[in-house]
Amino acid sequence: MSATAEAMAQSILPTAAAFSPVGPTVIDCQLEKVFYGDFLAVRNSNVPIEKGKITGFIGPSGCGKSTVLRSLNRMNDLIPIFRFEGHVKYHGQDVYGKNVDPVVVRRYIGMVFQQPNPFSMSIFDNVAFGLRLNRYKGNLEERVQKALERAALWKEVKDKLQKSGLSLSGGQQQRLCIARAIATEPDVLLMDEPCSALDPIATRQVEQLMLELKERYTVALVTHNMQQATRVADTTAFFGVDISQGGRTGYLVEMGETSRIFEDPQEELTKQYVSGEFS
Amino acid sequence: MAVNPFQHADSASSISGPPSGSDYLADSIFRVIALSCASLIVVLILYILWEIGGLALPAMAQHGLGFVSGTTWNVGSQEFGVLPEIWGTLYSSFLALILGGTFGVGIAIFLTQDFIHARLAAVFRTIVELLAAIPSVVYGLWGIYVVIPMLRPVAEWLHSELGFIPIFGTELSGPGMAPAALVLAIMILPTVAAITVDAFRRIPYKVKEAAYGMGTTRWEAILKVMLPTASSGILAALVLGFGRALGETMALAMLIGNSNQINLSLFAPANTLASLLASSFPEAGQIEVQALMYAAVVLLVITLIVNILGLGIQQYTVRKFEGKA
Repeated sequence: MSATAEAMAQSILPTAAAFSPVGPTVIDCQLEKVFYGDFLAVRNSNVPIEKGKITGFIGPSGCGKSTVLRSLNRMNDLIPIFRFEGHVKYHGQDVYGKNVDPVVVRRYIGMVFQQPNPFSMSIFDNVAFGLRLNRYKGNLEERVQKALERAALWKEVKDKLQKSGLSLSGGQQQRLCIARAIATEPDVLLMDEPCSALDPIATRQVEQLMLELKERYTVALVTHNMQQATRVADTTAFFGVDISQGGRTGYLVEMGETSRIFEDPQEELTKQYVSGEFS
Repeated sequence: MAVNPFQHADSASSISGPPSGSDYLADSIFRVIALSCASLIVVLILYILWEIGGLALPAMAQHGLGFVSGTTWNVGSQEFGVLPEIWGTLYSSFLALILGGTFGVGIAIFLTQDFIHARLAAVFRTIVELLAAIPSVVYGLWGIYVVIPMLRPVAEWLHSELGFIPIFGTELSGPGMAPAALVLAIMILPTVAAITVDAFRRIPYKVKEAAYGMGTTRWEAILKVMLPTASSGILAALVLGFGRALGETMALAMLIGNSNQINLSLFAPANTLASLLASSFPEAGQIEVQALMYAAVVLLVITLIVNILGLGIQQYTVRKFEGKA
């Protein structure tokens, strides 16, 4: 294929119209291409994360929304075959810069995972983990209590802080993980389908928590559940899967204010997805 | 043949049916086989205890608990005491556990925490496990011809410079506690390493993710998250390693010096119960054999206590860290 033909092929690939949020952005994420080995997993996804807001990532399975989320705090570095073209900037600083230790990135950009993953240690030690890691000198008990209160877990565990975190139920474990993540007050909190292993009551509590969290933090939320996005997200990014190039490559289809995405989608694919024609 | 209340239901499939009589028979046969295999172990242990206990009975009646606290083993005067051997057994095993345990856990961390490529780690692991295939007597010979000469200059220096510390309190007399414990440590290394590797492998990927997600460095992830998570498995490895060290016979009989004394010094000769048994049996008369049987019972009891204690500690950590009842 000649250079011009390739350029033409590139230009006809569907890509999202650029979205720039009204408020200041915390993370400027422009992923041109994300590879796992030779597999092109995500392309052309320009996802700015607005400060103090909840940005929801929605889309069908395999659309790369988790991959995009995990590239924001370099969790993908754990996968040796991961590489990408583009940039991720946090407060204007290149997250993947030569002298940037991923460990530092993750201390400012915290994460809550799909499966609850408390450490096999006491509830208290779980929440105090990040504080101790950062050599926090203040009142540990106070911080732990505050984090557990914010995670809506304090009342249930205040009498058994020395019990193992793994002795809690699934919903409680996930709230413990949220408490662990917010105890160090990270600037940005990434949540990768945090409610997928939870029952409706626990889901409601976690959603309530997210709305409270955005008062202080910026949240990026991957969800498989469209209703959840409408309930909590201020901005929504819809990802689709492009099978035209042979593989299954995810890309950003459309991004905008949540109400606009759901009520007045501009792209046909978004329209079909939000109306529930496929999932 | 089981009752099938559904066969006349009008919409029932003609393909579905109850298990046949032979299916149920096979079920019962398998249950009986499994049960007898399991109970055979218990019966075997009880039988061994019974037999050895029976042979030891005359010595038990004669010496009583004084056997455990006595410090002389004199066939001529019919005086039998195994306190030095109990001490030697526990001391050598303890030293081996500290050395072999540290190295074993270290090797397991090296092999499982992404320090080397997985394929290379598998090769490495096989080599470590090969250590377990070396016969005990070969270890003993190696100890005599390699370890003791190698230890000698180190031991002399330690004794002359730091001789005021009790563990360096005597000169190396050739065979003794230090070479024995060193070789013993190498012998339990594969057990500890292999089981610890499995303990680390069992940790789900999401735990590693959680650790790195919190912003840990690699060492923080290993020391603060992976080690506590694997702790019950590591304890099991250490208990098994200690148990193996307690009962190890041949290499110790060749290396420990078979000297009936209680000494903190690493360089002094000592004795263990197992090596006492091995070295005294060939020439023992009837009275001494009874005393040796008593010593065997003592060794069995020690091993049993250590295993029960280890199991207890392991259960405790499982409860404390993993929250399982």
